Amino acid sequence: MSRKSLWIIVALLGLLSLLPLVGGAYALRIGTFASMYAILAVSWNVIGGMAGYPSFATAAFFGLGAYAGGIMLAGGASLAVATVATGLMTFVAAFIFGVILLRLKGHYFAIGSLAVAEVLRELTNAATELTGGGMGLNIPMSSVVKSVVGEAQFFFYIMWALLIVTLIVVIGIERSKLGFGLRCICQNESAADMIGVNSTLYKSLAFGFSGVFVAMAGVIYAGWVHYIEPPDVYDILYSVKPIVMALLGGLGSTLGAVMGAFLFLAIEEFVWRNLLDLHTGVLGLLIVVLLLFLPKGLVSFGSSWLGKRLVWRNGVPRD
Amino acid sequence: MLALQVLTNGLVLGCLYACIAAGFSLVWGVLNVINIMHGGFIVAGSYVAWLSYSRMGIDPWFTLFFVAPLFFGIGYLIQRGILNRVIAAPVLVTLTLTFGMDLILNNGMLIAFSADYRKLLLSPPLETLLLAGIVVPVDRLLAMVLALSLTLALYLILRHSRVGRAIIAVRMDRDASLLMGVDIKKIYSVAFGFGAAMAGCAGVLLALIFPISPLSAGAYLGKAFVVCVLGGLGSVPGAILGGLFLGVTESVGAVVFGPEHSVTLSFSLLIVFLILRPQGILGKKGYE
Repeated sequence: MSRKSLWIIVALLGLLSLLPLVGGAYALRIGTFASMYAILAVSWNVIGGMAGYPSFATAAFFGLGAYAGGIMLAGGASLAVATVATGLMTFVAAFIFGVILLRLKGHYFAIGSLAVAEVLRELTNAATELTGGGMGLNIPMSSVVKSVVGEAQFFFYIMWALLIVTLIVVIGIERSKLGFGLRCICQNESAADMIGVNSTLYKSLAFGFSGVFVAMAGVIYAGWVHYIEPPDVYDILYSVKPIVMALLGGLGSTLGAVMGAFLFLAIEEFVWRNLLDLHTGVLGLLIVVLLLFLPKGLVSFGSSWLGKRLVWRNGVPRD
Repeated sequence: MLALQVLTNGLVLGCLYACIAAGFSLVWGVLNVINIMHGGFIVAGSYVAWLSYSRMGIDPWFTLFFVAPLFFGIGYLIQRGILNRVIAAPVLVTLTLTFGMDLILNNGMLIAFSADYRKLLLSPPLETLLLAGIVVPVDRLLAMVLALSLTLALYLILRHSRVGRAIIAVRMDRDASLLMGVDIKKIYSVAFGFGAAMAGCAGVLLALIFPISPLSAGAYLGKAFVVCVLGGLGSVPGAILGGLFLGVTESVGAVVFGPEHSVTLSFSLLIVFLILRPQGILGKKGYE
């Protein structure tokens, strides 16, 4: 990551933090979603962009986090305790899943990670005593803030703070030996193994890191909306949207993931407001157009469209 | 007696699963594309059957004859116009692309037919057979026989026709078949067309048994995944074996664990197979 990208991220986050000063409840809601989407996209980028493994497990992490955290919150735990405990639990769970699942490659890994979300959803559905099953789970209002606007502000800043923590950790990973190892794995895993990269450990760590912040965002989401149900938090779209965001911003770049998330939210919000019945269709159309005509994301608008397209085919681009 | 009934139910279900998975497996094996739209194609086929029966009074058995060429054409054009452009791209691209097209298809069906469940009710309804204490509804039996014949027809086409041999050749070695003069892009489109046609026909047969709704697309797709991985990729006998295996496992599992765990059971089976035997029951290792 270049110094310039870093400054752009800092500027974007700074602008976002000013939102409560200018906007009302609607702006706060959008701002909270913007932070949440950015967390999902940046997290996915660790396993999908850096290591090159097409993970569809984001919905699994999000749902797991929302339910684990929701149950703790409903049981009277504070938001901080619930978030940290869920994060740690998910990291361990994702690491173990990673050791097993990351032996698979390509389509098989994609399906395996998709199946994890399906299984978790069905288990959540079936464990009625613990999770409320299909009736959903109610989470009480937090005791810290009493007013509605106050609560909206509270959750906005919590989500925003989590985004900053996510970015610090992910940028740290990018610059560390782990990030270097992951990029080696992405380019040629056998070669990376040969030169002494412990690929199983690195991939599993990447899977863990791609899960931990998503799960924490799930906890905050559960506390924020007060009611969750399995088809809502285990929605497969939570797995697909981060991929679209990362593709929108240019695969493999953290700045791209953040910008892609913000842009995606803007498009989504526009479509929701104006074309309610068509919103999934428009999302689909966006995906098709993006993949066919802008394979390198927004960066493709730059010089030599075709040249970059060819570069992109041989390997994942880096910023 | 219960055991025999459960086994019969499993086999009936299994033949339908085989039909669902055969086309999906063909596309995955030959094109190396996971077609997320497969579930949507199946539901679309069901709607065509429902529409033609309720509006025009055409029996589902005859609907098959025009659903197959119609869906073949649609599939051919989709592959020719869209997917062939990115066929060499990484897994993530083709997977996300078909997902995007599935969203469009699903949204279209939601608008056209709403999310209400529809049911194709034959009038007069076919009776139920009672064979040695086992209950077999005739419509299920017919659907099963037709599903199996369709799957066998696909097998025969792949085995004995010129275009079928070309598809198999492309699956075995893409570059070598290119050198032998096979028009790869065309073969890809034909294979995708066969996949779509199988999905549409499976949809017609499923309309006889299950209620129709755009929401069931995901469940059908899930079955196709599991059967494909169980049986082995890109092989019709594998799809039949995997389908029967899944059908029987599900109906036995519904009795042993309860029907609410059927998805958990089949997906756990999927994960176990992916890890221990990713080439499937009939697949050959390293044969990609």
